[in-house]
Amino acid sequence: MSVKKKFKGLSDKAVGWLFIGPTVLLLLAINIYPLVYAIKMSFTNFYANKIGREPQFVGLKNYIKVLNKEAIWEKMQVTASFMFWTLLLQAIIGLGLALLLNRKFKGNELLTTLIVLPMMLSPAVVGVFWTYLYNPQVGLFNYVVNFFYDLGSFDMIGSSTLAPWAIVIVDTWMWTPFTMLICLAGLRSVPNYLYEAAEVDRASKWQQFIYITLPSVLPFLLLALLFRGIENFKMFDMVVELTSGGPGSATELASINLKREAFEKWKTGYSSAFAVILFVTIFGFGNVYVKVMNKIKER
Amino acid sequence: MKKIMILLFVSLFSFSVNSNAKSITLGWAAWDPANALQELTKEFTAETGIEVNFEFVPWPNFADRMLNELNNKGKTFDLLIGDSQWIGAGAVYGHYVKLNDFFDKEGISMSDFSPATVYAYSTWPKGSENYYALPAMGDALAWAYRKDWFDRPELKSEFKKKHGYDLGVPANWNQLYDMCTFFQGREIDGQKRYGAAINTERGSEGITMGVTAAMYAWGMEYENPNKPYDMEGYFNSPQAVEAVEFYRKLYEDCAPPGHSDAYMVANLDAYKSGQVAFQMNWYAFWPGVSKEDSGGRVSGFFANPKQNVAAATLGGQGISVVKYSDKQDLALEYIKWFARPDVQQKWWDLGGYSCHNDVLNSPSFPTSTVYAQGFLDSMGIVKDFWQEPTFVELMLPMQEAIHDYVVNGKGTAKEALDKIIEEWVEVFEADGKL
Repeated sequence: MSVKKKFKGLSDKAVGWLFIGPTVLLLLAINIYPLVYAIKMSFTNFYANKIGREPQFVGLKNYIKVLNKEAIWEKMQVTASFMFWTLLLQAIIGLGLALLLNRKFKGNELLTTLIVLPMMLSPAVVGVFWTYLYNPQVGLFNYVVNFFYDLGSFDMIGSSTLAPWAIVIVDTWMWTPFTMLICLAGLRSVPNYLYEAAEVDRASKWQQFIYITLPSVLPFLLLALLFRGIENFKMFDMVVELTSGGPGSATELASINLKREAFEKWKTGYSSAFAVILFVTIFGFGNVYVKVMNKIKER
Repeated sequence: MKKIMILLFVSLFSFSVNSNAKSITLGWAAWDPANALQELTKEFTAETGIEVNFEFVPWPNFADRMLNELNNKGKTFDLLIGDSQWIGAGAVYGHYVKLNDFFDKEGISMSDFSPATVYAYSTWPKGSENYYALPAMGDALAWAYRKDWFDRPELKSEFKKKHGYDLGVPANWNQLYDMCTFFQGREIDGQKRYGAAINTERGSEGITMGVTAAMYAWGMEYENPNKPYDMEGYFNSPQAVEAVEFYRKLYEDCAPPGHSDAYMVANLDAYKSGQVAFQMNWYAFWPGVSKEDSGGRVSGFFANPKQNVAAATLGGQGISVVKYSDKQDLALEYIKWFARPDVQQKWWDLGGYSCHNDVLNSPSFPTSTVYAQGFLDSMGIVKDFWQEPTFVELMLPMQEAIHDYVVNGKGTAKEALDKIIEEWVEVFEADGKL
């Protein structure tokens, strides 16, 4: 029997399953199974490096321990602050750049290409070269700041006040182009006749921005911020290369702490509980956010 | 076509010859001594026909890479030159082959090696006669200083006038501080210089290795000698607190700007580029520093200064056979060769730090290099961090708390040490030690 004949007998549903089957299997193997396994481990006192020691069921002990640990809440605060400032800055600057690049001027395309370059780089590489830019003795960043306003010698990475800003600046530098591109797509989808009608009605530029541009671009901006929010909640590589979570624990994000607990201290049970809590947090926030976003879209 | 077929055949043949050749893989950190070992090992290959492949991992990733490999029962390495603190985990979790029978059979005696190194690099439980490694690379934390600046008459007289004693090798940490502050911000030959490049690294073990150099010199003990794992009043004793406060003062007043996450290479760079008068570093780096200094005019070296007691932070490693290796016999052959006194002498000559008594007790040894006497002095006073199987769990809270206090300026030294004890108690409880 030829292959053609064989497939001829399959229903549309069966063919559909045939196509998505490998993907579903792959997802089950690399996403769902580890998730279920991590949930199972989170109720044990398992240490992956203690060979021959059988994990014992400890109930909710790991969850209680994570939630009662002051240091964990400090890390969550650091993460929340990092997310708040990066998302705020990326929204404002990204939208601003998109508005600028939505105008037609000479060199527009070249400028767009240059602006999106940072997000094409590897976050680890970005982390490493910004350590040089932030160097208090020879760093370009310090030189530029001092050129405009003489602050003298200051250490962006070594100061607990400045280090959180150091990672916010780098993330904003790297990922604002992403927000900009999504906003630009939104701006280009606004039909021109809306502005023409507004002109006829003698609406000012500001009124056009508030009543036409912003509502049109807002769903796009929110989508970009959703992606960036999820990414920044998981932020790891760039910050590790830049500050190693220091000074002290000033920039130790939840993901960095999780990696240390799981793969340096090898507290597998405890870190699984921590990972589940982080997953539920981001999943919960994500769902609420999507619902809000859909409501905005519907308006 | 015929030529292509011949080439293909030759390539296939050479591949099969290669894959059949006797070879082992040795893992270590990527640094100067590893290059010396690679050079030395050529003789082993020439003698035995066993090829040795090397995998050298940069220090910041060294522990992660190697310990993951061991925990996963990986077969990548047949031989591993692992940090002294890993010996507990290597023995307890069965990562390393116990070498007692092999040593007995081959006539390798641990009494031929420096006792401090055998204790630190080979034994578990500590001080027992269970050997899991051969001392491979002796090391301790020490100091290098800009001898050429110290020799300048105008600086010498200015220092003496200010402090009432000679500018030279500091006799204790107070003198070290005086000298560091003397150079801090000083212009020499038209360039601004700083006091000292000290360990402040946050990610792996850097700041712990640095601050313990001070804590040991102040007389800190990790635990009650009569009651193991009882740390209260020992690790956070007034002397220990004073030492940590002193280390912070040294960082704040003497480190070059931006030296907030620095370890071996960063200290070396700060020193070599002429930024600092002193650098704290491992003996392993002194052959490289010394090689660039013709006639020994630029750099001088000294052991960790004493304060209340003479002590130094232990570095260095032993060489172990990995339990999961399929080529344990070849790996043991390498250890047998490496333990030979003539090989140990060549090891020292090439820039490795031999722990063999024949090398160390040779009359010419103290004068063989400018840092040899300092090395001998240091190896007599070394102290190490916990070598427990849970040493990583013990290291991380110390890294965080000390960095938070010294670099970040958060809280007090006593609070930092109390916090570390709290975390350590939790680790020892989970490990069934408390």
